[in-house]
Amino acid sequence: MAKMVSLTIDGRPVSVSEGTLIVNAAKTIGIDVPVFCYHPKMEPVGMCRQCLVEVGRPAIDRATGQPVIENGQPKINFGPKLETACTTPVSEGMVVLSQSDKARASQKEILEFLLTSHPLDCPVCDKGGECPLQNLTMEHASPQSRFLFDEKHHAEKRVPLGDKIWLDRERCIQCARCIRFQEQVAGEPVLAFYQRGRSTDIITSSEPPFDSIFSGNTTDICPVGALTTADFRFGARPWEMKAAASICSLCPVGCNVTFNTRREAKSRARTGTTTAGGKVVIKRAMPRQNEQVNEIWICDRGRFEWHYVEREDRLEKPLVKKNGKLEKVSWKVAIEEIGNKVKGNKEEVVVLASGRLSNEDLFNLKQLADGLGGEALLYDSLPGGELTTKYGVSAGTNIGDMGAGTTILVAASDLYHEAPIWHLRVKQAAERGATLIIVNSEATRLDKYAKHLVRCEKGEAAKKVRELGAAVKDAKNLVIFFGADGSSALAEACAELVKSRAGKPNNGLVGVWPRANDQGALELGFKPAQDLQAVFEKASVVYIVGADPIGDGAIKTQNVKRKPFIIVQELFLTETAKLADVLLPAQAFTERDGSYTSGERRVQRFYPAVPALGETKADYAITALIAAELGIEVEGRSAGLVMDKLAAAVPAFADITYGKLAETTEQWPIIGRADLYYGGTSYQNSQGLGVPLGRENKKAEEGSL
Amino acid sequence: MTKFEPVLTRNTRYPDSEKIATYLAHGGYETARSAVKMQPDAIIEMVKRSGLRGRGGAGFPAGVKWGFMPTDAPQKIVAVNTDEGEPGTFKDREIVERDPHSVIEGVIIAAYAVGANRAYVYIRGEFFLGVKRWIKAIADAYEQGCLGKNIFGSGFDLDMSVHRGAGAYICGEETAMIESLEGKRGSPRLKPPYPAQIGLFGLPTLVHNIETLACIPHIVGRGPEWFAGIGTAESKGPKIFSVSGHVNQPGNYELPLGISLREIIYEYAGGMRGGRALKAVIPGGASTPMLTASQVDVPMAFETLKAAGSELGTGAIVVMDETTCMVEAACRLSKFFAHESCGRCTPCRVGSVRLYEILERIRRGKGQKDDIEFILEIARGIDGNTFCPMGAALVNPARSAIQHFRDEFEYHIANQRCPVSGKPN
Repeated sequence: MAKMVSLTIDGRPVSVSEGTLIVNAAKTIGIDVPVFCYHPKMEPVGMCRQCLVEVGRPAIDRATGQPVIENGQPKINFGPKLETACTTPVSEGMVVLSQSDKARASQKEILEFLLTSHPLDCPVCDKGGECPLQNLTMEHASPQSRFLFDEKHHAEKRVPLGDKIWLDRERCIQCARCIRFQEQVAGEPVLAFYQRGRSTDIITSSEPPFDSIFSGNTTDICPVGALTTADFRFGARPWEMKAAASICSLCPVGCNVTFNTRREAKSRARTGTTTAGGKVVIKRAMPRQNEQVNEIWICDRGRFEWHYVEREDRLEKPLVKKNGKLEKVSWKVAIEEIGNKVKGNKEEVVVLASGRLSNEDLFNLKQLADGLGGEALLYDSLPGGELTTKYGVSAGTNIGDMGAGTTILVAASDLYHEAPIWHLRVKQAAERGATLIIVNSEATRLDKYAKHLVRCEKGEAAKKVRELGAAVKDAKNLVIFFGADGSSALAEACAELVKSRAGKPNNGLVGVWPRANDQGALELGFKPAQDLQAVFEKASVVYIVGADPIGDGAIKTQNVKRKPFIIVQELFLTETAKLADVLLPAQAFTERDGSYTSGERRVQRFYPAVPALGETKADYAITALIAAELGIEVEGRSAGLVMDKLAAAVPAFADITYGKLAETTEQWPIIGRADLYYGGTSYQNSQGLGVPLGRENKKAEEGSL
Repeated sequence: MTKFEPVLTRNTRYPDSEKIATYLAHGGYETARSAVKMQPDAIIEMVKRSGLRGRGGAGFPAGVKWGFMPTDAPQKIVAVNTDEGEPGTFKDREIVERDPHSVIEGVIIAAYAVGANRAYVYIRGEFFLGVKRWIKAIADAYEQGCLGKNIFGSGFDLDMSVHRGAGAYICGEETAMIESLEGKRGSPRLKPPYPAQIGLFGLPTLVHNIETLACIPHIVGRGPEWFAGIGTAESKGPKIFSVSGHVNQPGNYELPLGISLREIIYEYAGGMRGGRALKAVIPGGASTPMLTASQVDVPMAFETLKAAGSELGTGAIVVMDETTCMVEAACRLSKFFAHESCGRCTPCRVGSVRLYEILERIRRGKGQKDDIEFILEIARGIDGNTFCPMGAALVNPARSAIQHFRDEFEYHIANQRCPVSGKPN
């Protein structure tokens, strides 16, 4: 426990741990010291000088070493100069004045300096409305400029730093947050200052330019509109947009995001890939704070690759194959068609679902499969992945807490590309002193942080992991991230190393799954599909949800002797969907609610952001319709009600409710919309931090559905 | 005229003074030879007793700085600052071009005293001859066994090499110089930690200007009491004054600290050019406030110049006669600082340019009514609010010019022309 230090800031007492910076001490009692260059996730630099405050320290009698008392109060000595609140640590008895005349004068002066070279193109700036410089100017600065318009500084306004990020040199205030983010947080120092003095510019030094999967975060922490994304640039004004909490669906990290949406004008024919006129559409994805999952960051995939949900070729109506052609029908007709075909074939029903589905969807599918005496298979997960339900990480695990004493093994996985935020957090854990071991057949961007780097041939990772046994045995904590390496041997070898640690926080297995909710599927009792070709040929009814085994080449139809009755539930007309006898249009995750279980076994809720497309339905609801037609009782009225059933049936999910999933607690750093200059435009989390699955993994295994 | 036997420049009277043979022939490296057999603490104590203060501008007591170096660190560094960029200053160039071995000898003693086995020289990139002289001197010193392994058979090792700067004034600031030596962008570091704790490559580093280092062999060789016997109460030892501007004999003059400005200008530098009247003097390089003709009797010492409202700085004396337009002088000096701001912090990056722009418009006869107050306000916004001392420095020319010659600024604004030349500049 760090020593506590007591001080007063603007007359209010506060007690914080030793070493805390004044700016952070102030934040804990709700005093916002204005900053531009300081960011709570990065080392302080004291460059912008916006946070200058008056700092007084108790006078100490040299002879006695005791504080000098005057009129019954400790005598406070104020230095001749103001000090930067972002670089000065607190000390016992310190008196900080952030609102004194002297401090306010300097805050005003710094703002005036910044504004003399700022273009003030707020009316067309993407940042306008959520801009720290704009807000601080309104709060602190003089309303009138004393500088001559002709002497304004002009610079290039359209500089692409890479494909994804644009720089407006005129707006830049040289706070170096972007440079430092790339250096300190992302570990990819691809931005730098060029030139000096008033000509100081941001440049990229990498080839290809701005080569980082985390580049979008620089636009969140940029305190002005200097960095904008190519995707959102001039897309909407911040105040026009609504915010919907969601979970990124592209990888198993489960980053908390917020989708900003806007109803497009009728006249606005196209936005991105869709016909937008009059519709509510997603304008951008922003990170939402969850310090245990993604902190305040998201990767560029999460930020930019949600556009598929708005593609023109989304399925909008149920289709039934008649004379070899898919024809649009009503839901009633489609479900009846399924009922007629399936009723006679119950015993050979196979449900094949992918991890892109929510817990609720998968639970209903499992219910249906069980009700029909069929099989519920998980499409394309990691071999041996089911071991994570037994030895996965437990409640209380947080990569952000890991450091010295923890060993992190990454086996046969390229976290940078497969789960970027895990890459970022594992890298930071290694920098805090965690021992990182990497076993891989190929070089990855994480290699340079590894203490031990083990190169192996493809398929040999399991052997190498077994050989590590003794080396990791004594680690206080051991977390293993594993990917695919041919067979289940790797998962087994990894499980062997963590077996004895089951149930201990910050210990266990993490599967680097190909999809967001593979973990959930396995927790719910789905079996990883093996030899799909044989399954396909044997079954009489195949219900494929959210998977494209034919398009992926996992099933080759030309050799199939007897084609089963195929039901496909999808967003698009995939190769598999083309073969469907009944094709059911599902809602995208942005159009409905639900929950995912992350690779770290955290159940997190997502909320509808935009209205559902056409006649599409949520996957769990479609399954419930089919079940009802077949005389099986499955909840389909709302996702929350499905979760209630799920929690009652699956011990690992016991006690999880939608209410619990929506609970939040205060997180550090305190960020939010009220004070954009401190943390950036990442959203505050008021919609739920999620709930980790129970520790009682064994129960989960024994419990039947 | 004060009679003064040169100390730091004593060798420059010999031909080929930069050569090691010349240096050795006049007793060179003898002090270092005996110093490396002394107790390191005893040397630090001598430097403390000598009262030597840094000659790079800040005037920090050298012995105290040595005392800050940790004794338990396994690796330490001495960084030698030859990044002489202060306008008006040309003393370091003369030392390195004409007597580099006196500095190397100082470096050996300093490195031995603080326990450093590595010395880096940082030299201003434009000192083409200086770079050559440094490299040659170091190579010769190695050859003579003055550098390298087991110096003078004492068991003490010291390696030394030269790094050229790329043309930034700010790299004369010690932490910016360290950044630059590390191959990074030259901008100052956050202090604390100070270089003596975490300096070059993260190691404890003693940074000194070369004139300071050149004093060391004399302090150790002739004794601290001898050194402290020169100068004033708080400013000890000899000092090289670079005199430039409107004098008959500009140049470097080595004289004891405490000598009056009048004596330097009129006795040594040959008096005012063309017999014109003295108008203003910058006593310590461009970053120190100007003095007027009435202050010319001030002794050139740290404490007396401070009392007179200026600073000793690098001891670079820029003399201006009655034909000088003070607006133009302030404007030019401010332009230099605006050009040299590293851009790290807001007040210096933006403030320096704004300051220059307003001075420039006054100079061109386009001054606005409130511009003088505006300049002073900008100066207040910069001074004390910047990341490094350059902020305090860059406002000095404008602020002191206004302080002493406000009527000239007012005349410029009111009449749109210069009272000295009679026309807009």
